[in-house]
Amino acid sequence: MSTEKSVWRKAFEWHEERLPLVSWLDHSLGTKYPVPRNLNYWWNFGSLAMFMLAVMIFSGIFLAMNYTPHVTLAFDSVEHIMRDVNHGWLIRYMHSNGASFFFIVVYIHILRGMYYGSYKAPREVLWWMGILIYLVMMATGFLGYVLPWGQMSFWGATVITSLFSAIPAVGDSIVTLLWGGFSVDNPTLNRFFSLHYLLPFVIVGLVFLHIWALHVPGANNPLGIDATPADKIPFFPYYVMKDVFGLGVFVVIYFIAVFWFPNALGDPVNYVKANPLVTPPHIVPEWYYLPFYAILRAIPNKLLGVVAMFGAILIMFVLPWLDRHPVRSASFRPIYRVFFWLFVANALMLGWCGAQLPEGLPATLSQVGTFWYFFHLLVVLPVLSWVETPKPLPASISQPVLKAAE
Amino acid sequence: MANTAHAHAADAAGETRRDFLLHTTVAMGAVGGVMMVWPLIHSMNPAADTLALSTSEINISGIGEGQRVTVVWRGKPVFVAHRTPAEIDAARKVNLSELRDPQTDDSRVKKGKEAFLVIEGSCTHLGCIPQGVKVTEPRGEFGGWFCPCHGSQYDTSGRIRKGPAPLNLHVPPYKFLTDTTVLIG
Amino acid sequence: MKKFLLAATAAFALAGPSVLNAAEEIHIPKEEWSFNGVMGTFDKAQLQRGFQVYKEVCSACHSLQYISFRNFTDLGYSEEQVKSLAAQYDVEDGPNDDGEMFKRKARPSDHVPKPFPNDALARVANGGALPPDLSLMTKAREGGPDYVYHLLLGYEEPPAGLELTPGLSYNKYFPGHQIGMAKQVADGIVTFADGAPSDAAHIAKDVTAFLHWAAEPKLEARHSTGVRVTLYALIFAVLAFLAKRRLWKDIKH
Repeated sequence: MSTEKSVWRKAFEWHEERLPLVSWLDHSLGTKYPVPRNLNYWWNFGSLAMFMLAVMIFSGIFLAMNYTPHVTLAFDSVEHIMRDVNHGWLIRYMHSNGASFFFIVVYIHILRGMYYGSYKAPREVLWWMGILIYLVMMATGFLGYVLPWGQMSFWGATVITSLFSAIPAVGDSIVTLLWGGFSVDNPTLNRFFSLHYLLPFVIVGLVFLHIWALHVPGANNPLGIDATPADKIPFFPYYVMKDVFGLGVFVVIYFIAVFWFPNALGDPVNYVKANPLVTPPHIVPEWYYLPFYAILRAIPNKLLGVVAMFGAILIMFVLPWLDRHPVRSASFRPIYRVFFWLFVANALMLGWCGAQLPEGLPATLSQVGTFWYFFHLLVVLPVLSWVETPKPLPASISQPVLKAAE
Repeated sequence: MANTAHAHAADAAGETRRDFLLHTTVAMGAVGGVMMVWPLIHSMNPAADTLALSTSEINISGIGEGQRVTVVWRGKPVFVAHRTPAEIDAARKVNLSELRDPQTDDSRVKKGKEAFLVIEGSCTHLGCIPQGVKVTEPRGEFGGWFCPCHGSQYDTSGRIRKGPAPLNLHVPPYKFLTDTTVLIG
Repeated sequence: MKKFLLAATAAFALAGPSVLNAAEEIHIPKEEWSFNGVMGTFDKAQLQRGFQVYKEVCSACHSLQYISFRNFTDLGYSEEQVKSLAAQYDVEDGPNDDGEMFKRKARPSDHVPKPFPNDALARVANGGALPPDLSLMTKAREGGPDYVYHLLLGYEEPPAGLELTPGLSYNKYFPGHQIGMAKQVADGIVTFADGAPSDAAHIAKDVTAFLHWAAEPKLEARHSTGVRVTLYALIFAVLAFLAKRRLWKDIKH
């Protein structure tokens, strides 16, 4: 009883009793969060996505301090940031390239989930939260691309908002509502800025739900089998250190892009100020939308094209019920594994098609790719659920791990 | 026994190396994080175009004796007063020991141009613009400037005489380019 | 899993804008530039020559709206030289105490004045074509500085059978080949103060380098900061790897 607690310890405990912040963190990402011991490096991309979200929010807040959302000043204010604001060029290039890297990380994160069956029971809601994050990311990225008010900003905004005119009866009214006028103009830019600032915080909220939903069943793992307590190790320090290492490698690649190829992923036309009277000869969205853009153009009917494009994303919500195979990991599903890589290759091909002029070979390939995208999800996966015989599963995570260690 | 001791020593060495590695990594990460924050903070400082605009050239030939005008320097008002001999006299006669922020009148004007007082029009209390430029405005008990926000009163040299302000009205850096042109900043 | 990485790399490469102009591919040869490479910098003497070309040739029609005179200290000019350079130009200011706009000598904080007061007048003076602003030109065209350089030298006789639209010129590198700007760069049109060669190729090269500085004035800071920051991150990654390996030594996974 004589052990004296220091005054700091007492103050800390007093505070923890009232608001248990530290023990909450400890349970969320600390020593009280048990994680399967066999996660591979593909599991690093969740923490990398969180890092990129933070980079985007912080760089964005400081860009907003010098940006002016007005049609006559927006382009000039971006140039002002690039030329006169202290380190403005750095913050702006980190933000514009950050969008691409955020999407790269998230795409790998999604594909990892698809390869290892992380969307299957009991993680369906975790998967839903992920798709919601991705949808809001796409909206945020699109809104942000409009803000510099270059030619591609303006015409991208015109084309994408016009998608909504495909909706029967109310389409045109919706487009007018989105624009706040009869063309993309100052009211459009102003509201896009407002929403672009808002949506990242919606993403933060969704990330909380995503991580909460992760903690209920715990993380999946490369074997896809349920982990016993003996198979797990605490997130801190083990996975924190692993994530920090992954972060180190990632930022090296990110910095190489920011410092030496800052405009490689951008379109040169966006360095020309928006001109509502001249459409650039070749309108392309940012690379991360290209597969969906290809699907849009593959269908020669305005309404159906828009439906297919949005359907291609929304269909992901029912993925857990399209693929009902009881085995999660593709490591034990040799047939699914082949189709998974076909799906990835098909998505890349669609991305390539999305960047081409919609004629000749790319147009044909877009249609083949669109067909395959939906055929994979709607036919291949359900059929495989019935017919595929998996390889024998290990009894536990420790079994193959300990065997390999012998 | 000897074996155990040896094993302990090896463990201890291992611990030290791990600690060193971990500490260095954590320290580098922390320093790196701070270095990333600096460009963000520094971006809030005045930009190059703002700094480039930090001088104003003004023509004072139109300011008659007894008149005061407001000009703009760095987005803020600067008062230029063409003082009467009586005002200069009043400013010079003040005993320095009476002043909260003791400064002679001579140290607040340019030699040979004592008639012209150039001061920043920003109350040293909380930044309101003192009154006293127009003849219709109150000039306070000391015939200089009167701040309407909290009642600070300045004399004909712009020095604080009464009220909450701690310091005299600032004299900006300026010089006479010619007899009638002043460059502020 | 290597496949996965390959696929991701391929996605990155494929999606880049380099593949976007498959329709009519105009091959733009690559040039050597002092600002290329990991530590690339601008050649100040070249920038000064390029600025002379801009001043004596391009500025008759093309504005340089995002550049202020104060920026020319980047070219190696002193503050005094910049002041006297600015003083060669008149800019409009005002209104004065009489409510009138007036002309005064430019100061370093002023932007380089435009050749035409507005776009409509610029069109009228140039046969309907608007000479684009040059301050972002090397970033606003596919091919960047290489394109600008070859465009300046790419004027040729039109191929047999091609009927040129009156007022347009044939250019090998211009998309569509018919360009509103007539050939401007020729041997000896500028005499460089530093005695550097003034054949067409050198003139085009110098002015393009100058325009790239105008488009990307922070390039040198970007490269030098980049080297320091990336090396730091690299060392951090190696240390983190060692620390991770050490920490996981006893974990079977």
